[in-house]
Amino acid sequence: MVEKRAGRTACKILQNRQIADGIFEIVLQWPKILHRPIAGQFVNLYCSHKGRLLPRPISVCEIDEDKLHLVYAVLGKGTAEFTTFQAGGLIDLLGPFGNGFSLEGKPGRALLVSGGVGTPPMVELAKQLKARGWELDVVCGFRSQSYLVEQLSRYGTVHIATDSGTEGFSGNVIELLDHEALSGDTLFACGPGPMLKGVQTWAKAKGIPAQLSLEERMGCGFGACVGCVTKIITDNESGFIYKKVCKDGPVFPAAEVLFQ
Amino acid sequence: MKLAVNIAGVELKNPVMTASGTFGSGRDFEPWIDLNRLGCVVVKGVAATPWAGNPPPRIVETWGGMINSVGLQNPGVEYFIAEDIPWLRQFDTRICVNIVGRTVSEYVAVAERLAGEDVDLLELNISCPNIKEGGVAFGVQAEAAAAVTSAVKKVARQPLIVKLSPNVSDITEIARAVEGAGADGISLINTLLGSRIDIWKRKFILSMKHGGLSGPAIKPIAVRMVWQVAQAVKLPVIGMGGIMTGEDAIEFILAGATAIAVGTASLLNPEATMQVLEGVESYMRETGVEDIADLVGIVK
Ligand SMILES: Cc1cc2nc3c(=O)[nH]c(=O)nc-3n(C[C@H](O)[C@H](O)[C@H](O)COP(=O)(O)OP(=O)(O)OC[C@H]3O[C@@H](n4cnc5c(N)ncnc54)[C@H](O)[C@@H]3O)c2cc1C
Ligand SMILES: Cc1cc2nc3c(=O)[nH]c(=O)nc-3n(C[C@H](O)[C@H](O)[C@H](O)COP(=O)(O)O)c2cc1C
Ligand code: FES
Repeated sequence: MVEKRAGRTACKILQNRQIADGIFEIVLQWPKILHRPIAGQFVNLYCSHKGRLLPRPISVCEIDEDKLHLVYAVLGKGTAEFTTFQAGGLIDLLGPFGNGFSLEGKPGRALLVSGGVGTPPMVELAKQLKARGWELDVVCGFRSQSYLVEQLSRYGTVHIATDSGTEGFSGNVIELLDHEALSGDTLFACGPGPMLKGVQTWAKAKGIPAQLSLEERMGCGFGACVGCVTKIITDNESGFIYKKVCKDGPVFPAAEVLFQ
Repeated sequence: MKLAVNIAGVELKNPVMTASGTFGSGRDFEPWIDLNRLGCVVVKGVAATPWAGNPPPRIVETWGGMINSVGLQNPGVEYFIAEDIPWLRQFDTRICVNIVGRTVSEYVAVAERLAGEDVDLLELNISCPNIKEGGVAFGVQAEAAAAVTSAVKKVARQPLIVKLSPNVSDITEIARAVEGAGADGISLINTLLGSRIDIWKRKFILSMKHGGLSGPAIKPIAVRMVWQVAQAVKLPVIGMGGIMTGEDAIEFILAGATAIAVGTASLLNPEATMQVLEGVESYMRETGVEDIADLVGIVK
């Protein structure tokens, strides 16, 4: 028998504010009936608009005591709707889901690499790694404006790259990793596909074991629709099988991911 | 209050089934619902050999629904027999296996392999829009639908439900053809072919361009087609398409469905089947209906 879980739960919104251009932080009261999330997991948020039915998966940014912090970018209609939600109101949530990052192994030096809205999950990850005795370099790429840097710098050294060059290093995270000659015993990354592909190649060349957190469009978030798949390298005719990002991931060992 | 219904000689404790492909084999729902309370679990499409499915993106949202192009990714009938049948048999519910194939002989192979296995019903999926060959072609031509139905019927040891595609101009023609070919029941509707374009990238969002539209957006079409088919054939009808609540389920039953299936709603809320069941019960209480059978097809 599997453990019972709470269903869709209306969570109280404690705060919902803009922290950078088009980037919002929403803080929710975390109900005791829901599982406590771990770094690298995500929750499904749902819109109020009746035409928009599918979940919006958002990564756990930080959990403290009984509060869940999420940071979301306004991308389309659903996330735009979320910006109108007021503190004191409710938001429908299901989860947490996904495997989360694996934090096993003897503490050493860890590299955390993120791009854009791949940065939020790095906060809880950095917190957990630091608590386990790891030394951290956190490398974050943004288009032009950084966010979450203050939180991240509590746990390690933060290195910023922007495409526009308005803040930190001018260029992408891979160029910054090389520019600062950063290295580590393990690497964690979250961000857009092309960035993750670059990280995979970089980590392989340096012989650093890496975990990548992937994104895909989701129909359910809990393994039922088989919509959210990604190619995982396998020894068969086609060289891959499709695995579910929501349930088998979103975190996969970098060496197993087959990018297009 | 009597909720039990009979589909082709198989008694279901209540009319609430799961729609194939939206419930896996049930494992993903165990944390939320008691599978013993379901009338029947209809499992995800099972093929003779493992199928890889289509490349992502496979899912896109539309107003009141979603379009999927999963492409029937499944681990094949041997895996299903070894892993899923014993697991499902822990529960006091019926098992219906959705059968998929690219050719008549592939469909036949699955039904043949299941002949000696402990499952209650077969559902022939001749209506999936997500595979290039076979699949939907069988569901849109009366002769092809009849041919695959009678070929599978010859080897099947469990009652055979045929699942119809709504992507046809006259659904009653296909329904009559599969009835003539020996089907023991009809389920409908499968998804409607649909598409979405990203206007900024000027590209289709799904990798396969088109996929199957499901969810509340398709419900009125489904209700109309269930009614038409129920009028046209004598077989029991299983109705589905956009059912989110007990009231939606009642609409299908009044239109002529003996049982109903909950699909997309389960993806949006893993407890949806239970809520539909409770909604059906409370409608019966409120309106003083003793036996669910008294509601089937009474709207003419
Ligand atoms: C595991 C995971 C974790 C994520 N964590 C975060 C996070 O912490 N912060 C953040 O800002 N974003 C995150 N995302 C991306 C976020 O889910 C999308 O930006 C969001 O769903 C877009 O919704 P929308 O209604 O604004 O966009 P629309 O384009 O209007 O959405 C239409 C549909 O497409 C889906 N969709 C569109 N873009 C994406 C995408 N990139 N990934 C997945 N689904 C998409 C939506 O969920 C919705 O079903 C994450 C995605 C995944 C898969
Ligand atoms: C993600 C997904 C996968 C599906 N897979 C199958 C399948 O394997 N076999 C099948 O006969 N129908 C499949 N269907 C169709 C459903 O069983 C159902 O007929 C359809 O979605 C309409 O019902 P709904 O609106 O309640 O979802 C699938 C639907 C969805 C959304
Ligand atoms: S989103 Fe449905 S299986 Fe992953």
